[in-house]
Amino acid sequence: MTDRPSPSGTRARALRVAPLVHLAWRQATVALVVAETPDARTLVLDVPGWPGSVAGQHVDVRLTAPDGYQATRSYSLASGPGEPAALTVQEVPGGEVSPYLVRDIAVDETVELRGPIGGYFVWTGARRPLLLVGGGSGLAPLRAMWRAADPAEPVVVVASVTEPARLLYAVELAERVAAGDVSATVHLSRADVPDDTERAGTPLQALTLRAGRVASTTVTQALTACGGTEADPGVFVCGPTTFVEAMIHLLAGAGLDPRSVRAERFG
Amino acid sequence: MAGFQGRPRARDDRLPPGQYLTRDFPVLTAGPTEVLSPDEWQLTITDGTSTGTFDWDGLHAFGLETLTTDIHCVTHWSKLGTTWRGVRVSTLFDVVGVDDLPYALVTSYGGYTTNLQLEDLVERDAMIAVEFEGEPLESEHGGPARLLVPHLYLWKSAKWVSRIDLVEEDTPGFWEAAGYHNHGDPFLEQRYHGD
Repeated sequence: MTDRPSPSGTRARALRVAPLVHLAWRQATVALVVAETPDARTLVLDVPGWPGSVAGQHVDVRLTAPDGYQATRSYSLASGPGEPAALTVQEVPGGEVSPYLVRDIAVDETVELRGPIGGYFVWTGARRPLLLVGGGSGLAPLRAMWRAADPAEPVVVVASVTEPARLLYAVELAERVAAGDVSATVHLSRADVPDDTERAGTPLQALTLRAGRVASTTVTQALTACGGTEADPGVFVCGPTTFVEAMIHLLAGAGLDPRSVRAERFG
Repeated sequence: MAGFQGRPRARDDRLPPGQYLTRDFPVLTAGPTEVLSPDEWQLTITDGTSTGTFDWDGLHAFGLETLTTDIHCVTHWSKLGTTWRGVRVSTLFDVVGVDDLPYALVTSYGGYTTNLQLEDLVERDAMIAVEFEGEPLESEHGGPARLLVPHLYLWKSAKWVSRIDLVEEDTPGFWEAAGYHNHGDPFLEQRYHGD
């Protein structure tokens, strides 16, 4: 066995954070519904026996129709480690499960849930700077991470959304920026940057907005704000596949070893 | 409040429990996409005694076989009737003359690993795939060459496959060590440890 090449260092290994016991389905009751954007909302769930989670983990959610038909989907947890489980669901047009979770389900109604699951795209809150790059609803697991971050270390967020109204967690991001906990740059891939009068009195006032897709200058600045590659930041990228690939390419161009990037893709 | 109804449905027997059909081909990769040209790609197969290494031309020398099959990802999507071309793993094992050791540890460019039982590599349709739907396999889907074990969840189908070690002892791979099921049969819904 000595001639077997080992995976490329500890970076390639997953943390053993998933329990090595059977993951049981639990009843989860919707405790709070938060409208995030016109087609996304956060469901805060009351889950008896919820063990807490590591930032970045996900859960499986199962819905059962009156005739017994079941549909199951995976959703990232948007909640921090010690918090009640929260899922931010983005409606997929024509989808089967997400329209129900975004449009219909109400407080006190239930779903089945199992988890938390996953030991790779996770942040344990180690004493390192954190660079979080999210496209669209890819910000959901990143919210769990900035909530888990060490307050003494830089947390740099780069977000990409089509237009300002699509930005998840705008208020929370603005508050954290104002408090000096986080720096955030938001790219608007299909909209101009609103002018100061439009932004006045909105969370956007506190955020750095840029028109167009995330550019190499933004990525380079974000990496510098983390202390550069020598600061060994935790780098997490989540979003649609094309976005993730583009961001890893830009991060590599900024000098980061692409194998040190933890990525989660959807669609 | 009508509650969850789901889509109007005629259950398809080909769809394993807990899965839904997708027409897209979502990408799930732990880490960055490896970008390798066919010239750079090699696959080593060994049982610790007999060892064989195949490069792009060496693989193609066996001729490509066409396989139409369903694929299932543990993140709940399935695709039915996908068409792949490649070379059966059992063909390569025969050429190298490896012993029938009970387990395999598969390693990818980039360091990803997954473990399988020998029978899952030789008794069903497992292949080293180089084409998907008539086109060269794209990097993001594991090109130039990936393992395809269609009767198990797709994390067993290692992208950018570089090495297959046949071994006496079973060693959990990347996801298996992180709480995913050791075998991963979608029809038994073996998603996570203990399922």
